[in-house]
Amino acid sequence: MTTLLELQGIEKSFSGINVLKSVDLTIRAGRVVALAGENGAGKSTLMKIISGIYQRDAGTVIYKGNEVKFTTARQSMDAGIGIIHQELNLLPELSVAENIYLGREPTKLGKIQWDVIERESKKYLAQLKQDIDPKTPLGKLSIAQQQMVEIAKALSLNAEVIIMDEPTDALTDIETAILFEVVDELRAQGKGLVFISHRLGEIFQMCDDIAILRDGEMIHQGPVSEITEDDLIRHMVGRELSDQYPFVPAAPGDVRIEVEKLTAHGAKEISFTANAGEVVGFAGLVGAGRTELAKAIFGANPIDSGTVKIDGKEIRLKSPQDGVKAQIGYVTEDRKQEGLVQSQELSTNMSLTGLGRFCNVLGFVNKASEAVTISEYIEAFAIKTRDANTIISNLSGGNQQKVSIAKSLVPEPKVLILDEPTRGVDVGAKREIYTLINKLKAEGLCILLISSDMPELLGISDRIHVLSSGKLTGSFSRAEATQENIMRCAVAGQTNG
Amino acid sequence: MKLNDFISENKSLIGLIILMAAVSFANANFLGIDNMLNILRQTSINAVIAMGMTFVILTAGIDLAVGSILAFAGAICASLIGMDTPLIIALIATIMVGAGLGATSGVIISYFNVQPFIATLVGMTMIRGATLVYTQGRPISTGYFDVAESFYQFGGGYILGIPNPVILMVVIFALCWFVLSQTRFGRYVYAIGGNENVARLSGINVKKVKILVYALSGALAALAGIILTARLESAQPTAGLGYELDAIAAVVLGGTSLAGGKGRIFGTIIGALIIGVLNNALNIMDVSSYYQMIAKGAVILLAVVVDSRGKSNA
Ligand SMILES: Nc1ncnc2c1ncn2[C@@H]1O[C@H](COP(=O)(O)OP(=O)(O)OP(=O)(O)O)[C@@H](O)[C@H]1O
Ligand SMILES: [Mg+2]
Repeated sequence: MTTLLELQGIEKSFSGINVLKSVDLTIRAGRVVALAGENGAGKSTLMKIISGIYQRDAGTVIYKGNEVKFTTARQSMDAGIGIIHQELNLLPELSVAENIYLGREPTKLGKIQWDVIERESKKYLAQLKQDIDPKTPLGKLSIAQQQMVEIAKALSLNAEVIIMDEPTDALTDIETAILFEVVDELRAQGKGLVFISHRLGEIFQMCDDIAILRDGEMIHQGPVSEITEDDLIRHMVGRELSDQYPFVPAAPGDVRIEVEKLTAHGAKEISFTANAGEVVGFAGLVGAGRTELAKAIFGANPIDSGTVKIDGKEIRLKSPQDGVKAQIGYVTEDRKQEGLVQSQELSTNMSLTGLGRFCNVLGFVNKASEAVTISEYIEAFAIKTRDANTIISNLSGGNQQKVSIAKSLVPEPKVLILDEPTRGVDVGAKREIYTLINKLKAEGLCILLISSDMPELLGISDRIHVLSSGKLTGSFSRAEATQENIMRCAVAGQTNG
Repeated sequence: MKLNDFISENKSLIGLIILMAAVSFANANFLGIDNMLNILRQTSINAVIAMGMTFVILTAGIDLAVGSILAFAGAICASLIGMDTPLIIALIATIMVGAGLGATSGVIISYFNVQPFIATLVGMTMIRGATLVYTQGRPISTGYFDVAESFYQFGGGYILGIPNPVILMVVIFALCWFVLSQTRFGRYVYAIGGNENVARLSGINVKKVKILVYALSGALAALAGIILTARLESAQPTAGLGYELDAIAAVVLGGTSLAGGKGRIFGTIIGALIIGVLNNALNIMDVSSYYQMIAKGAVILLAVVVDSRGKSNA
């Protein structure tokens, strides 16, 4: 077992706050090491130090026997280190192929060889079983497809060391299984891999070794086979966690939202109702139309036909403004492009949708009451931040997600649509979010939950609808719903492929 | 730590102080009260335009039409005063004209999806043309009615020894500061510039906010037109040529990002003052106006380079 990359005593601080404390890590050829830890533990920071995006304050990085100090991502890439970033690093206006080869386009006599780029891109996408035309503008793809493009990009580098920072958080079981097949191949080829995920099951399924960070310190390293899930959680959060999916049965109230024969981009004639005090789950594969349905109900996508009623009254949905006015809250699956203004403060982001709550008739913001509400949410969600004015892009991914959920709650909605709400959130915080969902449900909120995390969906929904190719193909009560039932309906409407 | 933060947040202010210190060494007359007031007065027109421009740039837009709007509004105002229109009506009408022209750019930008640069470039050309047609290429005098005398006060009068345009500039600054930092509208302006998509999905009426922003820019350009016309007691068809560039320079010197979503109105005032001090200093040092342009460009370049270096190291 040869060591490919070795980190020793890595230290890193951001504006005086020490986020990595003397961290060691070894990446070996032909092995997958899982890097686990809570949101903000320092996982992404450590990976960015390896790939030269951040500079270490102290410590050494030894790559194939030599000490290295990459100062740009380019250098590490050229040296054979590929990284799949947690926050997608792609340009929505460019095509899939252009994204995959960005900055290293093969040329012949100074002319870019587009045919080569497209052929190669297609090859790597095919390896991931993705039937995507490389000429498609990236922005047209779903988040899961974009994630697959990002993975294809890493494959195309032919790197020795491949770092995957939460590659599965936007994927459903099917794509995850495809990714794992590819990971197996890479392992067999003797590559060294790092795998970060908050879905602990994946770590046990996929990884050989495990390294656990807590508050910037490496507190456990060893083979995965020598550790149990409970141990892992205890190491990560520093205490026991019982009952990952706390479910509180609640007597549902009156019908809150009625969707009738709704047809919109990606959704065909969908009808369902959901009551106050109920969590209705939506299952389906990537491209099943769940996000499209959610966006249509919120007013973000145009509705072709059909109606949406809230408390028996039909609502007009021409823009997200109408959705907000009808007291619908929407947490997007894509927090970077749609959820939060990355370059601005946590505070202004969190209050953006619900700003009306703090304004008088003339539109003056009462900053004192705003600050109180914001700090309440920071506390309730245990958001790890220096203060309320931290810039969003400086928060860890999971903490950004918590801000995104809090943002949708500030306007006090009647219907809350959660699209992959626990994307990138650690086990402890996931449980906090479930508890919160239960509490909101008890208060009479109607929650529509879209999730690709099957145990989560089964664990906290009162009822589950299944979508396939834009159509509703099945509905189950909590008692009837099983993984098999759902998967059968999820693939039912799939006509080709 | 703290000092570093202060310096990086107030680079333009520090730049202004250094510039003023340097000029006062070179010329003893520079720091006199009279010259200071003079600089403030000369700065006021650019500052008023630049404050409207700040809103536009914060939404990640640009408004090239302000110089033309200034000229057109000035001509309308001069005619109205020349026809003995009551002062308040003339002023309101002029500002409404400016706001209307600005709003038109806003509508074109948000409903027809035209790039702000193109939409306002077209506006700049057409409104300048309209001004030339309307004035037939000749200055319009504000005339000899009594109202012309009170109108003159807007550009040439003083209150307690302070030039009225300077007072106007300060009032507009206070209003803009308030709107940007204390109101919902201000928040929306920043959010749109930060990420328009996020703003839209947060339930913000992006189109409406943008139209209002361009209307505000047009209104402030018209106000600048009023000040200039009042001072000269006539409207010049070529007034305000190139003013859009001075306004953009002031905004950028003040640290506002052309990419939108980041910046402060206070910075814009400082930016306008840097340009004002520079113009004044080169004048009192008898530098020929040809060299002045080169010097001005060089200072702006220097400021922007210093600013962007600070950013990439952060
Ligand atoms: N550029 C930055 N400036 C300031 N602080 C930062 C920056 N990048 C990260 N941090 C801080 O460093 C800490 C570690 O963040 P990191 O992104 O490494 O966490 P993580 O373990 O990847 O978490 P997650 O599971 O949520 O992705 C966090 O507290 C974060 O706020
Ligand atoms: Mg991370």
